[in-house]
Amino acid sequence: MNSGLRIPLQVLAYAAFGVAVGYLSASPAYEYADATNTTVKLSLSHAANRVKPCVRLTPEQIAELAPNMRRPETCERQRLPLTVELEIDGEIVANIQAPPSGLWNDGPASVYERFEVEPGMHTITARLRDSTRSGSWDYTHTQDVSLVAGRYFTVTFRAEKGGFSFR
Amino acid sequence: MAFVKSALYRLFAKSERFFEFAFGQRYNPFTWLGAFGWYFYWITAATGLYLYIFFDTGIVDAYASVDYMTHQQWYAAGIMRSLHRYASDALVVVVALHLLREFAMDRMRGKHFFAWVTGVPLLAFIYLCGISGYWLVWDELAQYIAIATTEWLDALPFFAEPIANNFLDSEALGGRFFTLMVFIHIFVPLFMLLLMWVHIQRHSSARVNPPRPLAIATLAALVLLSLIYPAVSHGPADLDVVPATVNLDWFYLAGYPLLDIIPGGNVWLIVAAGTILLVLLPWLPPEPKVPEARVSLANCNGCSRCFDDCPFSAITMVSRSDGRPYELEPAVNPGNCTSCGICAGSCPTSTPFRRAKPIKPGIELPHRTISELRDRVMAPVNEVGETPRIIVFACDQGSAESFDDEAGGVRVIKLPCVGMLPPSFVDYALSRQYADGVMLAGCAENDCFHRLGNEWTMRRMARERDPHLRQRVPDERVSMTWLPPGAQRRLGSALRDFRAHLQGLRHE
Repeated sequence: MNSGLRIPLQVLAYAAFGVAVGYLSASPAYEYADATNTTVKLSLSHAANRVKPCVRLTPEQIAELAPNMRRPETCERQRLPLTVELEIDGEIVANIQAPPSGLWNDGPASVYERFEVEPGMHTITARLRDSTRSGSWDYTHTQDVSLVAGRYFTVTFRAEKGGFSFR
Repeated sequence: MAFVKSALYRLFAKSERFFEFAFGQRYNPFTWLGAFGWYFYWITAATGLYLYIFFDTGIVDAYASVDYMTHQQWYAAGIMRSLHRYASDALVVVVALHLLREFAMDRMRGKHFFAWVTGVPLLAFIYLCGISGYWLVWDELAQYIAIATTEWLDALPFFAEPIANNFLDSEALGGRFFTLMVFIHIFVPLFMLLLMWVHIQRHSSARVNPPRPLAIATLAALVLLSLIYPAVSHGPADLDVVPATVNLDWFYLAGYPLLDIIPGGNVWLIVAAGTILLVLLPWLPPEPKVPEARVSLANCNGCSRCFDDCPFSAITMVSRSDGRPYELEPAVNPGNCTSCGICAGSCPTSTPFRRAKPIKPGIELPHRTISELRDRVMAPVNEVGETPRIIVFACDQGSAESFDDEAGGVRVIKLPCVGMLPPSFVDYALSRQYADGVMLAGCAENDCFHRLGNEWTMRRMARERDPHLRQRVPDERVSMTWLPPGAQRRLGSALRDFRAHLQGLRHE
């Protein structure tokens, strides 16, 4: 090859480098979600009841404890798993059993799910069980909602605020 | 593994021929990839400092401040923003090529492990810097990154509550995570710089700046790109709206779509397994042990040339221990010594003119001694008719691997690195008429397998660096060829030219 070609080839190399960097820095576009649907997020974190209920200590038992360790009742650390169910228009879209967090299974259990739903009017029911109760739920919330395309709809839970919240 | 390495090697060898032609061997960008990494780091850091002047670090006003820089101050901060993005993207490109090339060229094996292993966490730092940077714009792309990243982090069993809850909807929005990202984006590059310094600790005379012409032209190309195609933001983040389509920076965010296909926990496993594999690569499989350089104090006057020339900082000068009237002596660190022999090439006592038999220089490789090298030079070269006798001193890593040892008046004497050759051997071969010409064949310029062997050799032969070639050696009988591995045809052609040249000298 002729060495007179060097400069044009260098320009070509820089141009190719620039085009590659420029193009791949923002293209091709990535479709993360279907904009014609609504994205429903189910997210909650809640400490379920303890595996065994706390036991009230007698005055004698309290007196036997070291002064700095005295307390009215004693509790086992382990908590129950949390069961959460989400139903949309009669169809169960999520049924999750979340284990408690922590090395000793004594922390809150967490649920985080995301799924797409067609927009429009829907009846959504969220249920949660945090006890040993069987056959029924500790918290239930049903609401008719209008889901909007391209927007998030969140289902959250705060026991101190009475349970589920739909936004 | 060997197949992948060999395929990559062939790919680099082929593509680099174009760059070698277009830029010349000295400025072949592929031989400056590490230095370009430093260069793009500095461009990114400098532009980042400028942007920080105008950037509002609060989550509410961050977008507006970036928008101001992009549009109102497009001529300064806007260009800086684009340069910041494109230089950081270019950093990913050169680092990826640097990693693949070092792997393909087998330069991370055994005792070369240090730079390789310290480079692995650098990859994580680069991505942490890049991803946190995109977060700071707080546009739809940042929102997508925030949600996808926190969902991925939630796959780890460390968090009592999903941290993705921070980005659940606009009511949940707080500045806590944003502040953390600002902190990460400022301080991680500083840690990264520290690790970059560690990365080159075992490399003496490390090249951290590309040649000026390449640096200027590359910067000009990035500025031009910034003017033609400026970096812009998406729409402002709104946690109630799904960022359905995003223009990803594929250099930093190519892994994110994977999170929509594979569960986050599995992606963590892939990342962990990939990291472990990368770290272990230098020992897969383990390299046979090669003896390190040994010092002979009886022949050493502590001149420090071996210390100056060692490319891997394997030699330190310590106080004299043998009672001889010299201040210092070299000490070889076996963990750093790659047995390249460059120290033997630098030693003034490595001369074949010495009468001692065997020759024992101040420092040499015990398995490839200077004495054996002299014996090889002194052995007669078969002369075929009019063909001049040529001794080729070639490095093990270069393009001389397919040469016949004795063919057509040519003797090939292989060395671990051409830098192991003391220039006095060239003088010896010619003045004692063991050869009519001497050819040195080493790795391509700036691309020595042992880093500095060919550079030191060039400077020694040009009589610019000790031990230099004596003035009496006729330059017309010495040829130097610097070629990448696999360029056997070009080496053959260079040898034919040299032979013809020597024949011409004979007939003069």
